[in-house]
This record gives sequence, C-alpha cells and structure tokens, in this order.
Amino acid sequence: MSEINLQIDGKEVVATEGMTILDAAKSVGISIPTLCHHEKLEPYGGCRICTVEVEVRGWPKLVAGCIYPVEKGLVVRTRNEKIDKIRKVLLEEMLAHAPDSEELKALAQEYGADRDRFEKHPSFCIHCGLCVRYCAEIKKKNAVGFVDRGSNREISFIPEIAAKECWDCKECFPLCPTSALQAAYVLAGALMTPPEEAHSGGCGCSCSCGSAPEEQAG
Amino acid sequence: MTRLSSPEKLECARKDIVSRIDPTKPCISVCAGAGCLASGAAEVIAAFKTELEFHGLTTEVNTKGTGCPGFCERGPIVMIYPEGICYLKVKPEDVPEIVSHTIKEKKVVDRLLYEDPATGTRALRESDIPFYKNQQRNILSENLRLDSKSMDDYLAIGGYSALSKVLFQMTPEDVMGEIKKSNLRGRGGGGFPAWRKWEESRNAPDPIKYVIVNADEGDPGAFMDRALIEGNPHSILEGLIIGAYAVGAHEGFIYVRQEYPLAVENINLAIRQASERGFVGKDILGSGFDFTVKVHMGAGAFVCGESSALMTALEGRAGEPRPKYIHTAVKGVWDHPSVLNNVETWANVTQIITKGADWFTSYGTAGSTGTKIFSLVGKITNTGLVEVPMGVTLRDIITKVGGGIPGGKKFKAVQTGGPSGGCIPEAMLDLPVDFDELTKAGSMMGSGGMIVMDEDTCMVDIARYFIDFLKDESCGKCTPCREGIRQMLAVLTRITVGKGKEGDIELLEELAESTGAALCALGKSAPNPVLSTIRYFRDEYEAHIREKKCPALSCKEMIAFHIDPEKCKACGSCFRQCPAEAIQGGKKLIHIIDQEKCTKCGTCLDVCPSRFGAVRKISGEPVPAPVPEDKRAIA
Repeated sequence: MSEINLQIDGKEVVATEGMTILDAAKSVGISIPTLCHHEKLEPYGGCRICTVEVEVRGWPKLVAGCIYPVEKGLVVRTRNEKIDKIRKVLLEEMLAHAPDSEELKALAQEYGADRDRFEKHPSFCIHCGLCVRYCAEIKKKNAVGFVDRGSNREISFIPEIAAKECWDCKECFPLCPTSALQAAYVLAGALMTPPEEAHSGGCGCSCSCGSAPEEQAG
Repeated sequence: MTRLSSPEKLECARKDIVSRIDPTKPCISVCAGAGCLASGAAEVIAAFKTELEFHGLTTEVNTKGTGCPGFCERGPIVMIYPEGICYLKVKPEDVPEIVSHTIKEKKVVDRLLYEDPATGTRALRESDIPFYKNQQRNILSENLRLDSKSMDDYLAIGGYSALSKVLFQMTPEDVMGEIKKSNLRGRGGGGFPAWRKWEESRNAPDPIKYVIVNADEGDPGAFMDRALIEGNPHSILEGLIIGAYAVGAHEGFIYVRQEYPLAVENINLAIRQASERGFVGKDILGSGFDFTVKVHMGAGAFVCGESSALMTALEGRAGEPRPKYIHTAVKGVWDHPSVLNNVETWANVTQIITKGADWFTSYGTAGSTGTKIFSLVGKITNTGLVEVPMGVTLRDIITKVGGGIPGGKKFKAVQTGGPSGGCIPEAMLDLPVDFDELTKAGSMMGSGGMIVMDEDTCMVDIARYFIDFLKDESCGKCTPCREGIRQMLAVLTRITVGKGKEGDIELLEELAESTGAALCALGKSAPNPVLSTIRYFRDEYEAHIREKKCPALSCKEMIAFHIDPEKCKACGSCFRQCPAEAIQGGKKLIHIIDQEKCTKCGTCLDVCPSRFGAVRKISGEPVPAPVPEDKRAIA
C-alpha cells in the first residue's frame, strides 16, 4: 500500500491508499460527525452530516468525508462557516423527524441547530439506512427495506421475512440513532401474523394483538 | 436478409437500394412521431392508402410514416415529394382532396399550407416556413427522410457508412481524436466533454467495458430524445457502435423509459435489423470487431437519468445514485468502465464521423460546438422541436423560430434546463445559448427543455411547481435533497397561499445552500428554480409576502373576482355559467359575486362579453363591498 500525503485542517497527514477522508482525519485525531456511517458496512453517504470541503484544482467542492478516497496532495477542510451552516440546517431538517434523539441533540448543541426550526414530521426516522444495510450486508436477510422514494421514503419490515427472521435477531435495534426501529418494528409486528411458536408464548390467541412482538422485544 | 461481410458488400447493397428508388416517383410522407400519431397521423396514413387504392395509384405513389420533423403544434404533417409540398394539420377528410388535387392534377391545396399570421402569405415548402427557415437542422431533418422502421431507408441516405469508415479506415485513437477535435459536449445535462469520458474508459485497465445510451428523458415538456430514437433509431445505434469501437467495449445497453413504447419498439426493431445485416454481433462487416447491445426498459423515474442511478438500475437494483468520486467512466455498471451518453450525443457522433470534426465545429460557439435540439413549449406560438446552432440568442429562438407569445401577451421568462434549470428574464433574452452562458445566468442547458412563460405566470408558483415535481422524483437517499426539497416546498407553498412571512426568502436561500451537499446532480441543482426566480423576480416574492399580492394574478388563494357595477349590463352570462352558483343577479339587476361561495375558477371573467368587460381579477387589495340591494337595479 502506497503512502499518500494530504492536508486536513492545515495538518499534514500521511494516509494509505483506499482510506477515506474520514479514516485519515480520525488517524490524526480530527473528528468528523457521522450518522449513517458504520465500520462494518459498505460506505453509504446518505446523511451528509460528514460533509467537508476539498479543493480540486483550486476549486472548493463539498464532498462526503465518509466516502471520498484520499488523494495525493488533497487539501481538506472539515470545519468552516459554510460547512457548519450546512450541518446546522441538515440537523434541523432531521430534528423535524426525531426531535428527541440523543445523538441529534448533542450535535445540535455543537452546531447551534434549533430543533423547532421546521414543522415536526415525527417519523423518528432520518433514513440513515443502518438497519436496512446491516440486515442486507451482515445478516443477508433483507428483512427491513426502504419503500417509496423522495420525501415519501420510509423504512419498513417485510412481514414475510421479519416473521421468520427477526424474533431472535434484533441486532439492528442498537444501531438506530433515533429509535425509529422499535417503533417500526412494533408497527410491523402488529400487522404480521406471528409464526407458530409465537402463539404459545404470546397472548395465547391468534388476534395479532401486538403483544407477542413486545414481549419478544423486551 | 444476408449479413454484409465487408464494406464493399455494404456499398453494393446500398447501390441496389438506391437504384430501386425513383426520385421522380411521388411519395407521401406523413409524420408518424408520437405527437402526430396522437393527433391522428395513423388515420391519415390509412386514409391515403385507401384513397390511392381507390384511384388505382398504389403502385405509382409511395406512402410512408416518418420520424418527427418538429413542428408538433401543426401536426399531423404531410409532405408531398418530389415537389416538397408541406401540408399542416391534415385530417383524414382532407385526404381525398390531396390525392385528387395534388397527386393527380399537381395542384396545391392552399388551405392546408402554412399561413404566416402576420402577413397572411402562405408557404408552399417546409423550407419557406419561418419556424423551419430559422433553424439549422443537422440531425432533425434526417427524420423526415426516412421511414423509421425501414433499414433500407437509412442505408439509402448513407447509413452505416460512418461505421464502415471507422472500422476499416480509422484506429480507435483516430476516432477518439476526431471526437476530441469536434469538442462534442454531452447533450444530456452537464455538458461534459464526450471525449474525456471516452478516454477515461479507454485508458482504464479493466478489459470489460460498456457503452450506454441514456434515453431516460424525464423533464416535463421535453421530447428531443424521444423524437430522435423514435424517428431515426439506426443513427443512435450506429453512434453507439462507433463509440464502442473507440473505447474498446463489446457490449452496450440502451436505457429507454417504458413510457416511450414507440421508442422501445423502434430501437428493438433497429437492433434486430442491424444484427441481421451484420452491423451488430460477431465480426461486424468482416472487421473482426464484435459488439452486442441490449435494450433495458426503465420505469420512468426522473432520477434514473442521472448516470450512476441509471447504472444501478441497469444492474437490477433500485435506481439510486451513488457517489461518483471515482467516475462511472472508470467504475460504472458492475464496476466496469462505462461510457454513458444521451441519445442526442450519440446521434452527433455518427454525423461527426461522416462529415468530419471541422464541419461540426463550423456550427456553434468556441466553447459549445455544433447544434442543439430544444423542446420549445409553453406560452409560445410555435410549439415543437427546434434545432439551432449553439450561440443563437434566446430572443431569436423565441421570436424568429417560436413566433413569439400568442394572444398579445407579454413575455415574462423562459425556463431552460428542465426542472433543475432556471428562469431567465426578458432583460437577458440576448444571451447566446450555450452551456457556459446559461450556467452563468443561473440556469443550465440540461437536455434542452425550454418553457416559455408570459405575464400571466407567477414566478413563485413556477418555482413551487418544479420543486413539487422534484419532491416526488428525488430518490430520497440523502438528507439535503430529500429534506431540503420538502422544506423548500413548504416555504414556497406558504408564500403562494398568502401565508408567507418576512425571512422566508432568506430561509429558502439557506435551504438551497445546504442542498449543495447532496449526493447527485438532481439534489445539487434542485434549488435552481428557486434561486433563479429569487434572483430575477425577487419583487414578486416580496409582493406575495408583504402585500399578500400575486402580481401575475395567478395564485388562487391570493386573488378575487369582482364585477364592476358601472360596467355590468346584467346580461346574465356569468350568472348562468358560474359552476359554484356564487353569482347573484337578475334581469336588469347588477350582478354581484358572493366571495364565500366563489371557487376562483375564472369562468365569469372568461364569459363576460368583451364589450362589457365588467369582471375584474384583483389581488392584494380588499374586494369592494357589493352594491347595496336598492342600488342594483339598472334603469
């Protein structure tokens, strides 16, 4: 692996080929906020909170630090007025969905984001896709996915798969930065017919009353 | 059909086809593009066939359906050769007259000719019509010369000679050099130099490479690519094979949205014909070069026109963009180098090889060479497809080609570049249209959509319309696009319903700035309609917010209709036709509108006789109180 010299926030950084700006920054103790990034998962670049500025042929360009590969002589700025303002607006947009998320609240404090700036759409989901990608990439089950597109996009469990796979897993739960998962899971649980074994341990009837998933989740 | 195994055999076949064509034999060409078909072209063609049979002329006269020549406003268009007479808006009932008069007696049917609305003079030939006279139709005019389903027609006009030239007289480097010299820039949106993509792919070490046609055109009101791929599919295919040879690809894809069924049908037919004749498949024309191509039907999602999203869709996954920090030209479909160009770009490739880069650069400006096809729609006299050299001014396109604004209305703005383009005001109409000038003006070339707006258009509402379109068409993967568009739409909607507040313009600007962090060009350019309208029509935003007034009298929630008691003659027209029964009045009784019941449909204004002109649309001012009961009687 060849060594690559670049500059992050004025610091000379030595990185190796294949590293992202996020990796390189971390190696010298510069922290870049992330929400949709996970070391075990393929890079995604969805939340854009890791947006940084790079200089390409003298021109500043906004890129996602979690995906952008390091290049020789690259000049990176992880904080400036413009980046901070963008992160602030992105946080305000996400807080409209998940105003009580601890992760978002902490970042909001750092960037001066107002959680009440935009009208609330309490879906609890910021579409980071961690649950979707974890289930697809690590568990290879695809029990949870995105449905619809644009601003109608949301996550949903696929009842047929979830009924079989999710009872003993739930590894996606702790990944969720806003607790959307539980809400969606309970909702999906209410809609699906519990598998045979759940009948005995559940409320004892076949009413799909939702008590089975809650017990399992506990 | 036999495969042609050498360039000589191709020329032989071509000579044979041409020898069977009698240039003096009458031919009736009817536009069979989607637009003319919708206005009845198929019935017109059928009527001609029946009528010719009736007169026993079937063998003496040819009839054919051709591709779209562009003047969709006046379709179905019929051309009579060899004279080149052009009839517009032809109906099946006109057919007997055309056959008996024009075909048999060589006389012209005057009423079907183009009539200049200003002078009243009629134009006999297509080239005499101002709409066509002021264009430079290098690509589009080919459509007229061929039946889009006939390979022989394409061969007759020199089809596949560019491919033969490339395979036997040029190295891939020569082809690359010619395209580079032509400075051809991608006609799909960004205007990225085509050769640079090609070169990147060619130089990529991966031996498996792809070439792709992007026919996912999704801009509201745009149909350039549709007309080309429907009208002259072989020229696109030929360009693609040439590109494949240049970059070293042996497989290609044509991504067509399935909402274009005729385009899908014609390109599939063209591929079948081309493989029967040996232009596609193994050992093309005996050159040793192999190339196969498949058609992929897209589901018609706007975002799938974005190159990385299109490629993800080709792979069979949801069409979502991915970061292009490594260009798709190096790592595209299934991570192999992939050259993607849109339909018009590929059509240009064929022409550049046939006629040379010098011919190509003789049109256009230094930075933007060649011609560009625009789809001219909206409040314009001549709607249709327009091909002009780059660098022509917007004013020339709108007035000379487009024939100006109908109904004596005043021009307000032209929106270029599709939903993520911008609105250009009257003061900038002398802007030469090329990639860089449009970008500087806060808009863009895009694929070439051009929507003309008159004084009745509210610019805030237009911005809202485009943002609303993008709200549904965004894939929703990244926050700035998904959420930024949602919030911009909320602010714009608020302003257009009269609930705008101080600071809303600044909020829109702030949201627009953060949208710059989006993953793909859809999100990054989404604020363009908002920013350009704020830039050029800020006063309209301010009037909506501060005076609660829509200056264009267009936003429904901010207007009211009022009957002027001095002018009302109690004729009852509006009273009878108001669908909401909001008008009160009677014989010799001045009419009044009940504002509570009024749905602001505008029927009263439309039906009030112009000699009275009693109904008025108002905005930003209180509606005058109704005339008291005792003063409503007309003496």
